[in-house]
Amino acid sequence: MSKEKFDAIVVGAGMSGNAAAYTMASRGLKVLQLERGEYPGSKNVQGAILYANMLETIIPDFRDDAPLERHLIEQRFWLMDDTSHTGVHYRSDDFNEPTPNRYTIIRAQFDKWFSRKVREAGATVLCETTATELVLDGGGKVIGVRTDRAGETIHAEVVVLAEGVNGLLGTRAGFRKVPKPEAVALAVKEMHFLPEEVIGERFGLTGDQGCVIEAAGTISRGMAGLGFLYTNKESVSLGIGCLVSDFAATVESPYTLLDAFKDHPSIRPLLAGSEVKEYAAHLIPEGGYKAIPQLFGNGWVVVGDAGQLNNAVHREGSNLAMTSGRIAGEAISMIKSQGCPMAPENLSLYKAMLDKSFVVKDLKKYKDMPALLHTNSRNFFMTYPQLLSKAAQNFVRVDGTPKIEKEKATTAAFVKARSRWGLFSDAVRLALAWR
Amino acid sequence: MGTRKTKAPPPAALGRASTKKDLPDHFKNYRHVWVFIELERGQVHPVSFELLGEGRRLADQLGVQLAGVILGPPGDSTRHAVAEAFAYDADLVYLVEKPLLTDYRNESFTKALTDLVNTYKPEILLLGATTLGRDLAGSVATTLLTGLTADCTGLDVDADGSLAATRPTFGGSLLCTIYTLNCRPQMATVRPRVMRMPQRSNKPVGRVIRHDLRMLEDEIVTKVVGFLSDGQSENANLAYADVVVAGGLGLGAADNLQLLKNLAQTIGGDYGCSRPLVQKGWMAADRQIGQTGKTIRPKLYIAAGISGAVQHRVGVEGADLIVAINTDPNAPIFDFANIGVVADAVSFLPALTEVFIRRLAPGNHIRLVN
Amino acid sequence: MHIVVCIKQVPDSAQIRVHPVTNTIMRQGVPTIINPYDLFALEEALKVRDHHGGEVTVLTMGPPMAEEALRKALTYGADRAVLLTDRHFAGSDTLATSFALSQAIAQIGNSFGTPDIVFTGKQTIDGDTAQVGPGIAKRLNLVQLTYVAKITSIDLSARAITVERRSEGGTHVLKSKLPCLITMLEGTTVIRRGSLDDALRAARSEIVKWSAVEAGIEDITKCGLRGSPTVVKRVFAPTPREQKAVQIDTTEKRVRDIADELVASIFTHQPALQHELSSAGSA
Ligand SMILES: Cc1cc2nc3c(=O)[nH]c(=O)nc-3n(C[C@H](O)[C@H](O)[C@H](O)COP(=O)(O)OP(=O)(O)OC[C@H]3O[C@@H](n4cnc5c(N)ncnc54)[C@H](O)[C@@H]3O)c2cc1C
Ligand SMILES: Cc1cc2nc3c(=O)[nH]c(=O)nc-3n(C[C@H](O)[C@H](O)[C@H](O)COP(=O)(O)OP(=O)(O)OC[C@H]3O[C@@H](n4cnc5c(N)ncnc54)[C@H](O)[C@@H]3O)c2cc1C
Ligand SMILES: Nc1ncnc2c1ncn2[C@@H]1O[C@H](COP(=O)(O)O)[C@@H](O)[C@H]1O
Repeated sequence: MSKEKFDAIVVGAGMSGNAAAYTMASRGLKVLQLERGEYPGSKNVQGAILYANMLETIIPDFRDDAPLERHLIEQRFWLMDDTSHTGVHYRSDDFNEPTPNRYTIIRAQFDKWFSRKVREAGATVLCETTATELVLDGGGKVIGVRTDRAGETIHAEVVVLAEGVNGLLGTRAGFRKVPKPEAVALAVKEMHFLPEEVIGERFGLTGDQGCVIEAAGTISRGMAGLGFLYTNKESVSLGIGCLVSDFAATVESPYTLLDAFKDHPSIRPLLAGSEVKEYAAHLIPEGGYKAIPQLFGNGWVVVGDAGQLNNAVHREGSNLAMTSGRIAGEAISMIKSQGCPMAPENLSLYKAMLDKSFVVKDLKKYKDMPALLHTNSRNFFMTYPQLLSKAAQNFVRVDGTPKIEKEKATTAAFVKARSRWGLFSDAVRLALAWR
Repeated sequence: MGTRKTKAPPPAALGRASTKKDLPDHFKNYRHVWVFIELERGQVHPVSFELLGEGRRLADQLGVQLAGVILGPPGDSTRHAVAEAFAYDADLVYLVEKPLLTDYRNESFTKALTDLVNTYKPEILLLGATTLGRDLAGSVATTLLTGLTADCTGLDVDADGSLAATRPTFGGSLLCTIYTLNCRPQMATVRPRVMRMPQRSNKPVGRVIRHDLRMLEDEIVTKVVGFLSDGQSENANLAYADVVVAGGLGLGAADNLQLLKNLAQTIGGDYGCSRPLVQKGWMAADRQIGQTGKTIRPKLYIAAGISGAVQHRVGVEGADLIVAINTDPNAPIFDFANIGVVADAVSFLPALTEVFIRRLAPGNHIRLVN
Repeated sequence: MHIVVCIKQVPDSAQIRVHPVTNTIMRQGVPTIINPYDLFALEEALKVRDHHGGEVTVLTMGPPMAEEALRKALTYGADRAVLLTDRHFAGSDTLATSFALSQAIAQIGNSFGTPDIVFTGKQTIDGDTAQVGPGIAKRLNLVQLTYVAKITSIDLSARAITVERRSEGGTHVLKSKLPCLITMLEGTTVIRRGSLDDALRAARSEIVKWSAVEAGIEDITKCGLRGSPTVVKRVFAPTPREQKAVQIDTTEKRVRDIADELVASIFTHQPALQHELSSAGSA
């Protein structure tokens, strides 16, 4: 056992852990952060979108030195079938603003930067150190963690569990259940390296402008899933994710999905000539509001993905992670500054603050979405994209068929595939879930 | 290999490099090409002959002489080395013969070689990139404060007579051409087997210039107290084998290495491996082929279950014929192999061995143990 | 006993990419690691310290971010870390690198006690010359022991050291004296995991950062590009082979027939082999 005792131990140096450690250390707490990866970010899936506001709240001048890849000026949503995509593109010069709203980042680099800030704020950061279990006293209060460094333990008044989606510490201690397969998606992802100029040309970008494509449809073979493509400076991150329960129910492997996605005629030309250097698979919590476990207890709190705080509908995760980490940090600092113990009744402050933030509000808004997408995935991800593609092609192709007949054919195809009642109920349910 | 690589377009002048172009006057009378003849335990290392071949070409291009440098104890082996240097076309030999040069020691060899350079002033000095050559070259270059380009794969002289030394960089993904601009001699080391072995002739012994080494045994701190030979059985002389069969991770299990050994034995070859097999402890380190292992130059190289990473590739490119067996039709090894077979090596190797047995020794039914 | 270990932070060469047009290294996203060979040197140094007492100082010359490598060495259990960083060092070749490192080692000697052993790795995976070690030894006038596979014994009072040195076809047993410089061969030992307290100490220790002047280097012309007699004139990609491998057709064939075809193809490519293999193999 190490003789040292800390005010707080943060397990994990991802987005949520860094936010929590930074917040507490800069408020003068004695903080120890443990990360099992070789360095912060090394185990994290690379290439992502960063939402600036939430980081700005924590580190206002982050733009000065954070490793940001491109600021996003264009977003494409594609509905795909096997040979086509129907899309909505939104591009605006307004996004070329002095303090842009969204950036692409490479997690390995970004997390390293964030971690440096944490260290500069005064926290002690240990990498290549895994917390193997929580240490409890006789009264069931968490008093520290055991590490994989010769099984040595280290103590603190409170432990912040920021261990990501499949965090073992919390589940081992019985504080939360292993997330259900229908509440987590498995995303696989590759980094495709391309020279900066080529990316600029292919996506119509200059300087560090960036573009994002999000795609759904038959690419997920009828499972609830989403494909994505983000432009970084010298690479393109590309991936696809589907619910774990769906993968289990079908014979599809994530790799084949990704391969098919890459090979789709709409995607392939965007990647031509690239060199693939990284392959990663990672889980995303998708259970939404209903899957949120107990977030605090005697001497512990849970933040970020570990608490299922992830908005699958909007592909937001890191901002919820950062915000929950920050709020937990603020709550703990407040309790500490008043000299109070890290007991459940005091730590409930964290939950109360979180409830008032956008994190819980957003998740509440979409609380029915995960179930809907899960039970109806075949329609949303197979039937509709195909129908839509057919309709669009009907509309675009000029072949002498009277327009009125084209319209009829389109409607007929929709009805045939899904029945009027089915269509109606899907629309209603989608609207309700979105509302 | 050396000539092929340097036939690439002439180097573009680099801004900062050209500022060093002027050779100081005291280096202007440095002339001739020297090759250090590596003599250890009575044997000349074959890399020395390979270097004499390269040295000959450079000397002819420059219109200067090629000299061998031999440091050794008085006796037959040293005399034999002198004869061999001439047989491999040296014009003259610098010889330092002293009992304290019996075993290689850095102190004595560094002094002997730097003394020779300071006295006779060569413009180019080549050494083998062996454990001995690298140990010596670093000390000599630092003593002389001159440039040293290590592990070259190509040597040439450019229009103004400078040595253009080409070597792999960044783990073999790129090559770079390096010049030593305003210092002399221009030093380079070359790994065994990277250069072709030249023809041996029966030239009579030529001019030998003897030089003294003023050093006493007491001045040398390091003493050789023993030598443990690798022994005959495990002594992989892989680098010089004519036929090499190698296995990679694709073989799947240490047991399958027997399949390699069977094939190697059948066709009279040696066997080696890619690096991961050494790391797994499946094979001894001196059987590793590649950038951080051995460079080979066999007539036939058969790679089974090897992906063909660049670090492996640089060690085998000198082979006359490369055969690759791999289950993945897109494996990079097929980019530089001559013949490819998309097949499972574990089932294919025994079949190949049998066909060879049949074709090579008809009626001779050797049963190999598995 | 004071031991200095030279380590270098290098790009993980397995991840290097080359720009297809400009032929320059694309560094983005390429992780850096401690030169793998240096870890063997570090582990050996730690073992010697554990056995004989004393301190291990790790030293690197590199950009500010090389601090990461040093911090890591501290978690493994090194006692002190020195980062030699100065833009004057940019463009150093092995001669200039070994000059700067040897000056820094001398300064380490002045500040923290004269080293008894200096360790380097066998070679780096980016420079890959194996010359920096010998260069340092010469400059500091240390006994040079390269390609050391094993340290057999150290007798501190007699200042004697016995090592096994790898050479062509075998191993030499050498008896020598301290202080010396050892370039350590890769082996089977893996680098240790430091204790929790090692890790805590590493996370907090201040890394000594020296500029050229602070390292006691007066003559800056011996550093960096100016102090390097060699100049890289050109960087280019290896010429790809014009042709890919001729593939033996394997569709719907028995393994034996494929093997037959392969052997036939080998002998078509190199007719001479047929004879040579027969005489060798049947023996
Ligand atoms: C493919 C993919 C794309 C995504 N894209 C986006 C996006 O574009 N925008 C967005 O906002 N979100 C995105 N997300 C979600 C986002 O990545 C996560 O929500 C966010 O990273 C959660 O942060 P976290 O700190 O909770 O967990 P993590 O970032 O997963 O961090 C957990 C950390 O804890 C460490 N750890 C775990 N257990 C232990 C232990 N026992 N001891 C020590 N250390 C431990 C891990 O090594 C890890 O570093 C994406 C997710 C995926 C998988
Ligand atoms: C600094 C450095 C130095 C290095 N030096 C060297 C070196 O000197 N030498 C060296 O070799 N490597 C070296 N490497 C490692 C090199 O980068 C590669 O990792 C290594 O060569 C890969 O070995 P491999 O081909 O056996 O394994 P893999 O890359 O894993 O390839 C295995 C191959 O086997 C195929 N396969 C699988 N199953 C079968 C089957 N049943 N039948 C047939 N084929 C099958 C696969 O398709 C694959 O192509 C070095 C790396 C670094 C970073
Ligand atoms: N910049 C550097 N800083 C510290 N040590 C170095 C540096 N460059 C080389 N070395 C050491 O010298 C050894 C040989 O390097 P090289 O000559 O580049 O192959 C390495 O294994 C290191 O131990």
